[in-house]
Amino acid sequence: MSETPETNETLPAGENQPADESLPAGGPPEKKSYIGQAWLVILLAFFFGSVLALVQTTLGPKIAENKRNETYSVIPTLVPGSDRDMTEEVVVEGHNGRQIRLYKAIATDGSHLGWVIPARGQGFADVIEVLIGQSVDLSRITGMYVLAQKETPGLGDYIRGDDFLQRYKDKSTDTPLVVVKADPRQENEILSLTGATISSEAVTNILNSALENLKGKLEAHNGSIAAPEK
Amino acid sequence: MADQPTASERFIQGILPENPVYRQLLGMCPTLAVTNGMKPAMTMVGATAFVLIMSNILVALIRGLLKPHLRILVFTLTIATFVTIADRFLGAYMYEMSKELGPYVPLIIVNCLIISRAEVCASKQSLGTAVADAAGMSLGFGLALASIATVREILGAGTWFGMAVLGSGWPAWGIMVLPPGAFLVLGLLLGGVNWFDDRRKRLAVTASE
Repeated sequence: MSETPETNETLPAGENQPADESLPAGGPPEKKSYIGQAWLVILLAFFFGSVLALVQTTLGPKIAENKRNETYSVIPTLVPGSDRDMTEEVVVEGHNGRQIRLYKAIATDGSHLGWVIPARGQGFADVIEVLIGQSVDLSRITGMYVLAQKETPGLGDYIRGDDFLQRYKDKSTDTPLVVVKADPRQENEILSLTGATISSEAVTNILNSALENLKGKLEAHNGSIAAPEK
Repeated sequence: MADQPTASERFIQGILPENPVYRQLLGMCPTLAVTNGMKPAMTMVGATAFVLIMSNILVALIRGLLKPHLRILVFTLTIATFVTIADRFLGAYMYEMSKELGPYVPLIIVNCLIISRAEVCASKQSLGTAVADAAGMSLGFGLALASIATVREILGAGTWFGMAVLGSGWPAWGIMVLPPGAFLVLGLLLGGVNWFDDRRKRLAVTASE
């Protein structure tokens, strides 16, 4: 962006007038003029940033609680036979060194049926959050649920649908899953959604990396608990 | 600027004469996408009204400081902030609805209705006028979405705001709550509004002759 008179002459008369009016005559040093032009934008950005930080700190815990309630309500469908009220939360350190909060799915009689693993990763539009129902030894998917997504309506958002999520059910996770566009032939193949290959791959990658991260980390936490006193 | 409309004119214009949906054809994305029922439509209207009124207030307050070539940047920044607040609020207090509306709440950012009001009114006129303008436009947007959502929900599900209206004997027209229903209803209502308007004008002309 040059402010020399030569370039201004090539513009239609009057077009550049408002910008020039705000500059002192003779043209100030370039740095000074940038601040002079943009101070309002910079100030507003700081102001809005602080407002949003405040909103997030106020409402963030409430949103997290809503998500937790939703997680609890779907645990019985993700690990069939488990009881919502028996669920235990376990914090485990994954291979990547981060702490992960897992849900231990337990039947009414106290037997340990599987795990519900929250996982997140980049989708086509925004971060996708999923819940993965797993058998006790993390070798088989017992159910999938999409907790949050902002994929393209009418295409990518079908990742929420049972039709798509059923494709993961009962798959073995000994080898990473791959997305294919034709009818799956191998055990580890998932049929992609038409028009939403990236979203389908995103969900599959989130699942693969979450399991990769946790394999071999859960043995210490496996095992049934005592049945509640009747 | 003596030829600018006054606050009350702005308010009235937004409701019918310059209705954002039926007259200006702005904000078509939410109009088509979330009018499958009254509840999502009215939540969308509430969120849009909040963003529109707040951004009009803020832009009117700083209108003297705006640099012409940076104004769009300031408008976008302002709108994005209020949309994020609305999105977080829905996530915290209306979680189910926030999930149902999905990406359409963040998409309020690109609703041309809001930036056009900042450009046309709030950046040029006083705070009071800007608020009246935003209120009128929000009301107009609300009426338009309500009209479409009413037709779609009653014909498509036999309910209104989730309450049974047509009884269990009604064979719900599934297409009405699906995307094609949105286009059909919007097209028919838009045609109807234009027809009435034409007729009114023709009658006025013949009466004056």
